Amino acid sequence: MQGLDFTVLVEYLPFLAWGAWWTALISVLAGFLSFGMGVVFAVALLYAPAVIRAPVAGFMWLFMGTPLLLQLFLIYFGLVQIGIDIPAIWSGVIGLGLHYAVYNADILRAGIASIDKGQTEGSRSLGFGRLQTLRYVVVPQAVRLTLPPIGSNMIALLKESSLVSVIGIAELVNAAQLGISSTFRPFEFYIAVAAIYYLLNLLLEGVLALIEKRVEATK
Amino acid sequence: MDIALIQRIFPYFLEAAGVTVVISFLAFVLGMVLAAALTAMRLSRSRALRFAGTAYVSVFRGTPCLVQLFLLYFGGPQIGINLSPFTAGWIGLGMNIAAYMAESMRGAILAVDNGQREAARTIGFGRARTMWLVILPQAARLMIRPLGVNTVALIKGSSLVSAISVIDLAYTAQRYISSTYKPFEVFTVAALLYMLIVIVVTMLVRLADRRFAID
Repeated sequence: MQGLDFTVLVEYLPFLAWGAWWTALISVLAGFLSFGMGVVFAVALLYAPAVIRAPVAGFMWLFMGTPLLLQLFLIYFGLVQIGIDIPAIWSGVIGLGLHYAVYNADILRAGIASIDKGQTEGSRSLGFGRLQTLRYVVVPQAVRLTLPPIGSNMIALLKESSLVSVIGIAELVNAAQLGISSTFRPFEFYIAVAAIYYLLNLLLEGVLALIEKRVEATK
Repeated sequence: MDIALIQRIFPYFLEAAGVTVVISFLAFVLGMVLAAALTAMRLSRSRALRFAGTAYVSVFRGTPCLVQLFLLYFGGPQIGINLSPFTAGWIGLGMNIAAYMAESMRGAILAVDNGQREAARTIGFGRARTMWLVILPQAARLMIRPLGVNTVALIKGSSLVSAISVIDLAYTAQRYISSTYKPFEVFTVAALLYMLIVIVVTMLVRLADRRFAID
């Protein structure tokens, strides 16, 4: 049993920072994807004809009931089999994004359904089309309403982005694993990684609070 | 869809599903016990205990479960903790989910109307008896649903133990995807088994919720 020595980390700090940068980048991209697709899924569930609604509902059911890790395997190893070769990093972003899109859609659907019918009627009678009504009247109000739960999904997404290390994407956990393979000090490295995630989390919480405050002000 | 392949690999997946169920169950029990202790700490009168409970919840919810598992399994030996992948798996998952369960428990206790506590105290109940006889029986019912949500998340999250080489459903799926080159068939089998476990647990939760519901 060797003693703990956190000074080994100093040499690897730029390396870990680089990993943290990729974690942040992947999370931001997946975050936007999860929000955009979440809106699309929610609208499809509420307004699309059954031919579109049924597969979307089936897809959501499947993605909610199975682990993200399995979905990442499927996207990364599976799409290659049917001739779609996407780089690992995009597999990770798409997997994370779609997984959380399903959870966001579930929240947004409830949000959209709770918007008063008068809003749609008013907008339609002013001459807005159906899509315009959704885009400019209904969805913005639903998003404002559902911001806190969507924010906690984003926080979960940031943490779960660690799973993409399993399909070999060079982010924070992967950077630590490389450091460990040359120093044999997993304890020190994983403590450092946990601390960095904790800080990223605090940062994200701050950003979310800022967004909520701004949105609150426009009410 | 290669049905013959599915039939051939199914027995191995059934066995792996057993591992997923057992590891999730052990983690669930550990999680509930730890969460109850954490909740007691966070509601106690001692500032030190309150701080320790809050810090635990904040740290375990603020960092990824995967990193916690790696720290325990790979980092543990450096501080004299040598665990098998299976043991590290259920202890790690249990310690992680305890933080989320503690939030559910605290939320339920705080959701009980304050008048209940005031009334119990007024008629002469002490703090402990008020908690045991008045608050907890009412809070227990409010806890069932959120704890059920935690448990479903725990079952899906148990797939992470595959990364510390526990041969569970996710590990088996990954192995067969790379050995058979039939990702969609393998995914279907693994997904069905995860869904089955989740559906059974959801039904149990619903049953418990109905049994203890306040009408």
